[in-house]
Amino acid sequence: MMGEGALALDPLVVGVVLAMALVTALTKVGGLWLLRRLEVSERLEAALSVLPGAIVIAILGPELATGGPAEWGAAGVVLLVMWRTESIPLSLCSGVGTVVLFRAIL
Amino acid sequence: MTKTDGDDAEYDSGGATAHPENASVGEASTSDGTEAITFDRSGIRAGFLTCLPIALGVGGYGIAFGMLARRAGLSVAEAALMSATLLAGAAQIIAVELWTEPIPVTAIIIATLAINLRYSLMGAALGPWLGRLSPLRSYGSLLVMADENWALTMREFQSGSGRGAFLLGTGIAMWVFWVTSTIIGAAAGGMIGDPASYGIDFVLAAVFVALATELWEGRSTLVPWLVALATAVVAAALVPGQWYILLGGFAAAAVEVVRHDG
Repeated sequence: MMGEGALALDPLVVGVVLAMALVTALTKVGGLWLLRRLEVSERLEAALSVLPGAIVIAILGPELATGGPAEWGAAGVVLLVMWRTESIPLSLCSGVGTVVLFRAIL
Repeated sequence: MTKTDGDDAEYDSGGATAHPENASVGEASTSDGTEAITFDRSGIRAGFLTCLPIALGVGGYGIAFGMLARRAGLSVAEAALMSATLLAGAAQIIAVELWTEPIPVTAIIIATLAINLRYSLMGAALGPWLGRLSPLRSYGSLLVMADENWALTMREFQSGSGRGAFLLGTGIAMWVFWVTSTIIGAAAGGMIGDPASYGIDFVLAAVFVALATELWEGRSTLVPWLVALATAVVAAALVPGQWYILLGGFAAAAVEVVRHDG
């Protein structure tokens, strides 16, 4: 059962969601838009190339820092499985399985 | 002096590099150097099928988002609308974590911008390929870009397949699973207990660990990543909100600019 108001659309909520959607769309197309108008130096290219990994690490670091041994161990399992198998589904499942197991026994 | 003078050197570097983008004058210009870029149904199909297993994994994350959204007070329809129009997992999860009554509109919009600015950089990284497609095709494809399918597309483009529609195909797979799983999570939200007891709260971290493993390029990656890590951890403790993500990214980029010199 979905409960009361599952299909409700509050005008304010819809407005906020659409504003978020607009901002998101601008960030998604903005990089290419700028790139088409900019002369990209080799130096800028080098900086751009490290950004994806750096951003992933910047999200992950504080996230794991607030966790405990269960999260750290599970992160290690994801790393190992991903490195060995290069399968995202497999590494996700083993990571989630490990975190549940570790939280139960630690 | 045996050194060639400045002018000659300039001509040299200018003439030696054939710019594939400038070759559009000759229609049959793609025979040897750079691959032709296509945009067709087979590219969409290839992207869709390649992304399916990943999209399935992302679905677990969508269920978590739906549950969190429902707990924050959004209806199933509102959560689904957000997933359908944003397709931006991290920003959506953080937005519903900020979501209270009354809604902190400014904080949510700024957080969305701060978290999603990375997409501009990711989109720019796809520029060498997407830039050769028409604006409608390239910008349209970018709208369905998220972290996971960006990584897949980067890998595909770098392999030289020239399938310009690959991003759109992966994006369609992501969108379908993301929206569907959001609805499932939001509808089940009331019935399923604490996500932590199923480890669902860990899916986000797991996705990013997997992503980091894929983005690792060997020792050259180590310094920028350590800089990003240190900056982000310190900034997360000192700066309110989500700015630590961009600060970490920009610190790494700045270090790379400096290192590029030497």
